[in-house]
Amino acid sequence: MKRWVFRSLFAMLVFPGLLGTVGAQAADKLEDKLVIVTSFPKELFKAYAAAFEKKHPGTKVEVLNKPTSSGIAYVRETASNPPDIFWASAPDAFEVLKAGKLLQKYETKAKGIPEKVGGYPINDPDGFYKGFAASGYGIMYNTRYLAAKQLPAPKEWDDLKNPIYFGHVAISAPSRSGTTHLTIETILQGEGWDKGWATLMEIAGNYATVTERSFGVPDGVNNGQFGIGIVIDFFGFSSKATGFPVEFVYPKLTTLVPANVAIVANSPHPKAAAAFIEYLLSPEGQDLLLHPEISRLPVLPSAYAKAPAGFPNPFKDTSMGAAVKFDTDVSEARYAMVNSLFDRMITFRLKELTAAWKALHEAETALKKKPNSKGTEQVAQARKLLTAVPVSSKQAGDKSFTGSFKKTKKGKPAPKRQAEIEEQWDSLAKQNYGKAEELAKSAAKLAR
Amino acid sequence: MQRHPGQAAVALLLGAFLLLFLVVPVVKVVHVAFSDATGALTLVNFEDFFRTSLFRESFANSMYVAGMSVVFASLIALPLAYFTVRFHFRGAILIQTLGVIPLIMPPFVGAVAMQLLFGRNGSLNLLLDRFFGFTIPIMDGLNGVIFVESIHYFPFILLNLSAALANIDRAMEEAAQNLGASGIKLFRQIVFPLALPGYVAGAALVFIKVFDDLGTPLVLNVTNMLAPQAYLRITSIGLTDPIGYVIAVIMVVFSLAALWASALTLKGKQYATIQRGGGGLAKRRLKPWEQAVAMGLIVLILLVVLSPHVGIFLLSIGTIWSFSVLPDGYTLKHFAEVFAESTGFITNTFLYAGLAAAADVILGTAIAYLILRTRLVGRQVLDYVATAALAIPGVVLGIGYLRTFYGVELPGGQPLATFWVMLVVVYAIRRLPYALRACVAALHQVHVAMEEAAETLGAAKLTTVRRIVMPLMAGGMLAGFVTSFVTAAVELSATLMLVSKNADAPLSYGIYVYMQTAAGRGPGAALGVIAVVLVGLGTYLSNRLIERGRRQYSLEGNNQ
Repeated sequence: MKRWVFRSLFAMLVFPGLLGTVGAQAADKLEDKLVIVTSFPKELFKAYAAAFEKKHPGTKVEVLNKPTSSGIAYVRETASNPPDIFWASAPDAFEVLKAGKLLQKYETKAKGIPEKVGGYPINDPDGFYKGFAASGYGIMYNTRYLAAKQLPAPKEWDDLKNPIYFGHVAISAPSRSGTTHLTIETILQGEGWDKGWATLMEIAGNYATVTERSFGVPDGVNNGQFGIGIVIDFFGFSSKATGFPVEFVYPKLTTLVPANVAIVANSPHPKAAAAFIEYLLSPEGQDLLLHPEISRLPVLPSAYAKAPAGFPNPFKDTSMGAAVKFDTDVSEARYAMVNSLFDRMITFRLKELTAAWKALHEAETALKKKPNSKGTEQVAQARKLLTAVPVSSKQAGDKSFTGSFKKTKKGKPAPKRQAEIEEQWDSLAKQNYGKAEELAKSAAKLAR
Repeated sequence: MQRHPGQAAVALLLGAFLLLFLVVPVVKVVHVAFSDATGALTLVNFEDFFRTSLFRESFANSMYVAGMSVVFASLIALPLAYFTVRFHFRGAILIQTLGVIPLIMPPFVGAVAMQLLFGRNGSLNLLLDRFFGFTIPIMDGLNGVIFVESIHYFPFILLNLSAALANIDRAMEEAAQNLGASGIKLFRQIVFPLALPGYVAGAALVFIKVFDDLGTPLVLNVTNMLAPQAYLRITSIGLTDPIGYVIAVIMVVFSLAALWASALTLKGKQYATIQRGGGGLAKRRLKPWEQAVAMGLIVLILLVVLSPHVGIFLLSIGTIWSFSVLPDGYTLKHFAEVFAESTGFITNTFLYAGLAAAADVILGTAIAYLILRTRLVGRQVLDYVATAALAIPGVVLGIGYLRTFYGVELPGGQPLATFWVMLVVVYAIRRLPYALRACVAALHQVHVAMEEAAETLGAAKLTTVRRIVMPLMAGGMLAGFVTSFVTAAVELSATLMLVSKNADAPLSYGIYVYMQTAAGRGPGAALGVIAVVLVGLGTYLSNRLIERGRRQYSLEGNNQ
């Protein structure tokens, strides 16, 4: 009751128009405050907060920088008096908020932004969140590191399978980074479920580590802790702009993913929030993305006119992101299952997996020098064990199976528990990798 | 000791505080561990935990890492504590202060610095590779975790052991010497056993802290341990599986078991000594060559444990540092960049961490007194509940606070959960176990006869506590204050959840914001250096203060 009285007093203060004494002109004025929750780096949010405050001098922007998962929890737990804007990279975070009814629909007035960038829809089809910049995944490498270890620079995902890169590659876990998830999903959709996993597992054989934060990968490449990282483009570009000895390439098979913005449901400063989104999508706001320390791809094609030489333009270079027709429905249905499978097969069993691949590579080299038919057979068996996943492509499309990884609604019968399935995967992974290592070692012995 | 209504009131007050700010928020989040998919009460999730080989393996790994970390932390802390307390040393305070610095590990920055020095292609391995053609995987796997945890948390043992050693009655030592004991025998049979409460307090803290620690394994990308498994489950986007909370509950239970086991080692023994004011153990002067050897050993230890901080400093003044032994060039521009905006962060950090540590010492002393000096029913529960905070991930506590206190509005409409005082409360709760262990150890060494004497002379209970017990516990209380203060100053996980205004943010938040980008690494390190220097300075000054007080105290004693 008290709260209600207070709220309405507050509303009258904030929206003087409600009192009827102030003219229509004042009703259009923005509120004096805008609260943004974001996971973006300082260079990006500072530039936009400053530019927005300059354009709307009456509005003070308060930016709360939080990791995406903390940001989601913050928006969820503060629903009684929420922040105004949620601003982050991965579409999955927005999907979670949307499913929790924590976002507000918004129609933008911005013009000139196409429907898709590189085959991926820019905006949420339900109208809750808008893409404001695109980014693609690729390969970042430390030039000093590669020179010191005398390694060639990789260009395509397939290059990363090469045994010469053993222990030199890093990625962040798709369960921890929505953008990494989309890369994994791109490879799975581009190559097909079984072949895609085989590629992923073979690249995983070369992993030095699977990081818990997506920034951990560019950080490690910048340090020189590992030579090659699978990262999103702006990490590569901005590191290079800072002066680190790194390069970034897009492989042919990449998806461009939009980074998004949305108004939080019951935003206390809705006009300022709307103005912020409009600013992001305006030509002026889009130009800011080209700043070298930000380095994201505008979604407004005309913004590329001012881009520096060599800046990628997905609207001109139609090969970018065109190799895959990304199906968001397929991706969404198996989202949690793919993440869990990756963690069980790769992240948590990396030690066993890389040891087995190492043995396999050694056996293959030995057999090349001294062929042996039994050895070749054993190596083929080992390879099969190391590239297979315990989920068939049919199961991956089966909603009753993938449903085990989603929260069940009250009253519905619970599917098989996630924990049980994961335990099966884990013991299978451990068993397969151990067996593969044994087979490879025995094959190497035969070739000796 | 008769019953006292005042004691019961204090106990109830403490209980209410812990209930409101620890138990309720945590239960609000963790209850899903006990419910099935439909929300009904169940234990099936715990069965799942024990049936999963990954979790059993993680459990074993966590145990192994925690145990080994205690061993290595003891190896570092014992000589430092013994030499500085036992012998006349120039700069003993400086050594004691430098020995605390490792606890101040600024988030992210410390990790990057460690990787650059000890990582697979860090300075050390690059040099080894260049000159000898081999490298050592110091920062890889479980051994890497043990290495980092040991040099990070040994100050728990150092501080508590030093405080305990300083409290030993000189008469005990003299009696032993009269009976012919000296050197190692004297230490092994008399000195160390008398200081055992301090050592056990420190070692238990290291064990539980490492068992529950999340930051180090995550930074080293070691996921096959309990704390990271819980964290990864809880914070993965869109993952609603209860197993993360199950792991959190299991960690709480196990941490308490470890605490209980450590209490057993002290049970039924008497550590208190009556005579006070002699200034602790007799300090011996070392012969010049002994001094040189001891100094050499101490410098070597400090060099290893302070290397991350040397790394942070290099990072803060370096231009680009990538796959090389040292940075490419040096600059002061990172400091210039952060200087303007860091004053707000600094004041906030000192305010929050200072208030939280002060609260911790008061709460810790009160709980220690209730446990050791009263017979109130359920007094141990306070100890266990307070210590359970060690095992609660900061994220869980942060979410719990938002869930419990966001609906409560302050006059003026601000939600209680995002009021800056809540950061103080959350720091106080998270760091209370440190101060508590120190206070319990200190009170163990105070003989109850002292209080009885005061009461015989007509002093009221409160006066006795204030005039007799607290001064005698001062060393341990300071150790508690310092550990709580320096660790609260770099807390990040709950901070990230609760900060709702930049103006309210502490240094750790500032460092986090910088460390998310390639360009922010230098300025982030500069903020880290500022944090280390200021918090270190605060520690040094409080050491000076207590040392002066003690000297004064012992002078008075000698005059009588």
